[in-house]
Amino acid sequence: MSNIVVDKSKVPWWVSNVIVPLVNLTLALLVSGLFVFIAGENPIEAVKLIIYGSFGYIQGFAYTLYYTTNFIFTGLAFAVAFHCRLFNIGGEGQAYIGGLGVFLVAINLSFLPVPIVWLLAIFGAFLFGAAWAYIPAYLQSKRGSHVVITTIMFNFIASSLMIFLLVDVIRDTNQMAPHTVKLPEEIWLPSFEAFSGILGIKIRYSPLNLTFLLAIASLFFVWFLVWKTKWGYEMRAVGHNTQAAIYAGISPHKNIIIAMCISGGLAGLLGVNEILGVSHKIQAGFPAGYGFTGIAVALMGRNHPIGILPAAFLFGILYQGGSEVTFEMPNITRYMFVAVQGLIILFSGALENLFRPQIESFFVRRLNREVNA
Amino acid sequence: MVSPILELTNINKSFGHVQANKNINLKINKGTIHGIIGENGAGKSTLMSIVFGLYQANSGSIKINGKEINLRSPRDSIINGIGMVHQHFMLVENFTVLENIILGFEGETVFGEKLQKAKEDLEKLCQTYNFNIDLDATISDLSVGFRQRVEILKSLYRGAEILILDEPTGVLTPQEVDELFKILRSLKEEGKTIVLITHKLIEIMDLTSEVSVMRQGEMVGHTKTEDTSKEQLAEMMVGRSVLLRVDKKEIKKGESIFKVNNLSVKDDLDVTRVKDVNLEICSGEILGIAGVTGNGQTELLEALSGIRKVESGNIELFGEKISDQNNFLNPRMLKEKGLAHVPEDRQRMGLISDFKAHENLIFGYHDQEPYSKSAILNNKEITEYSNKVMQEYDVRPNSPNLITSNFSGGNQQKIILSRELNENPKVLLVGQPTRGVDIGAIEFIHQRLIDMRDKGAAILLASVELDEILSLSDRIIVMFDGKIVGEKENKNVTDRELGLLMAGVA
Repeated sequence: MSNIVVDKSKVPWWVSNVIVPLVNLTLALLVSGLFVFIAGENPIEAVKLIIYGSFGYIQGFAYTLYYTTNFIFTGLAFAVAFHCRLFNIGGEGQAYIGGLGVFLVAINLSFLPVPIVWLLAIFGAFLFGAAWAYIPAYLQSKRGSHVVITTIMFNFIASSLMIFLLVDVIRDTNQMAPHTVKLPEEIWLPSFEAFSGILGIKIRYSPLNLTFLLAIASLFFVWFLVWKTKWGYEMRAVGHNTQAAIYAGISPHKNIIIAMCISGGLAGLLGVNEILGVSHKIQAGFPAGYGFTGIAVALMGRNHPIGILPAAFLFGILYQGGSEVTFEMPNITRYMFVAVQGLIILFSGALENLFRPQIESFFVRRLNREVNA
Repeated sequence: MVSPILELTNINKSFGHVQANKNINLKINKGTIHGIIGENGAGKSTLMSIVFGLYQANSGSIKINGKEINLRSPRDSIINGIGMVHQHFMLVENFTVLENIILGFEGETVFGEKLQKAKEDLEKLCQTYNFNIDLDATISDLSVGFRQRVEILKSLYRGAEILILDEPTGVLTPQEVDELFKILRSLKEEGKTIVLITHKLIEIMDLTSEVSVMRQGEMVGHTKTEDTSKEQLAEMMVGRSVLLRVDKKEIKKGESIFKVNNLSVKDDLDVTRVKDVNLEICSGEILGIAGVTGNGQTELLEALSGIRKVESGNIELFGEKISDQNNFLNPRMLKEKGLAHVPEDRQRMGLISDFKAHENLIFGYHDQEPYSKSAILNNKEITEYSNKVMQEYDVRPNSPNLITSNFSGGNQQKIILSRELNENPKVLLVGQPTRGVDIGAIEFIHQRLIDMRDKGAAILLASVELDEILSLSDRIIVMFDGKIVGEKENKNVTDRELGLLMAGVA
């Protein structure tokens, strides 16, 4: 067995942050191609379909960006907590409860001027998501209960709670399905086709809406928070070296709670996209796994907004392009794309370090040779 | 003449710039208890780690029973009959004694007859040496003394003929120490060879038949224990090297500003580490705490700086009570009151090695103006300030954006020191300011501390380097086993006197 020891300080940033993720991604796609081949379809054709489905026509591209929006929120959520070395697996539940926040604010305050309703609804989503993350955070900081365990549990609790509310408390009583009434149309967030309508372009329906801009703003917000404020500084200090943080008078308890609440709040913003932007009501199970996929997005994006944007976009492409493939290729089912996602998570998350030492030492050696030559 | 069971010739080992072992020669005879004594950082543990295959020597040879061997890993050493009991035990807490002992050597012994056989063998071993251990007990239920026995048993079961014990009594109660010594003596009677690494002179005199003394990476003497005395060993240990005296003005002692009354402090394992300590520091004075590592200095400094809870007693700063068992000010509040702290372990506490240098230069002061205004870090100010202090303190390379772990130990220490001294603290707590720091930086750091003293700061300096204590302090106290065992004015004290106090002899 050989152990490759790489002097980390000599590895250029683009090797560990660009080359390694790309290699992992390529491997995941190659293995996926193998699956497609075994299923009896042509992998090259499948790739063409993915590209056409996600870029080929305006509506498809709008769908891609709609998915990207959700992945940005949940990816950022995971990343913020991770900077404090907390694994927030609870994005799914926090998003679910965040949706409740959006709906309750919007339906009860719909008499206010529309932009104010939007702002308050965004605030409500953040607050509810944060509140749902607060409990595991508190348990971690005061009782040492590991957030990985508690946030997973809280996903289940959120799901049960929402089902209860949707069945017994806030259901639209005019029908049987577990969803609420629709919000009044005046306060829906403007959709992409409404914008393009103003410009005189007529396109078919897509779920892309103004929330996309909120997601972009969130990327800036997280970058600013983590690297430019003293709160981010303290969170990172606690994450990197708790002992040293205590020495400097930085409270680990406080920062665990702040990091988790901001994380939960960001996950909650998914509710803005889904409820204020797309379905305008709460439906059972609307977070639909975005919370979990966000973990992979954050891992691929190396927990930095600059990485999370392309990673979220990639998953958007896979979601949208994937549905195109399943539509055109009868042998490929929807679950095939769940498997493809799984492979990406496997290669860029779990097997992240599979090739890293080899790749890094390869570049370090090459670059050193150049320097010496 | 029979060749010695273990013979080391010209062993050299360096870590970066620091040479931990220089041309070490050592002969250990079969069936003896051989002591290796020296101050902290003298290179004892490094040497024994080389013998146990944890480190590889840069040069030199190791012979066992006259045969040269190549030790690449602990496994090689175990095969050659060398066993080691570390300061920190390597046991799986939720396994039983038996499971821990066969771990890694289980082969086919996990089930059935073979396991039964292993158990019988172990029971025989226990009986021979009076171990008195229940093989089915879970490790987490055992006291420290028993855990140590499990480690010894583990080595014996693997066929150890030479048993190395690294500071075995550091964690034991006096009764447990007696029991351990009994076991070691019976091992010797059965023909095993024992190497005892320690800095406690009493143990050497009690137990060993031969002793080797190390100082600053070199072997300075071998002798039969009966031909020597504690005093002589202490002298060899501390050495009579010329002190690096620092230019120091006559003391201008001001009023007393920092006072500690009857302070007791416990460590994380709930063991009382600081016992009823009283001390007082005046402005313009450096009070040195001499002592071997692990005698309570760490916990004392942590309590004084607001990191560790006070068990009983209290601490006064400018006549105001800042800590007692009920409440204490956290480090940040203490900083605001003019108390700065250079922690003894810079990697663990003093800085965050993954942060950039400029981030570490404001660590603990990051929420003060001008470094941050209404929660937003002022990068321009921070960079300007970083450039300035890095120049002033000659931190190399002078690049505030470099990740801190890429700086050498000495330069990391300068980063911490510049940060803590920049605010002109009234009281400065300093632990091991020059550990792992090269000579050039040592002088620089010492000069800075003297400058602070001349400016009227009250400085508490804890160091295991006796030279450092002697060259910097105005007054010296010695800590042993959590207590202050002596206080001397620096004018009329010899290193020999201090050495004896540090070893708990006087």
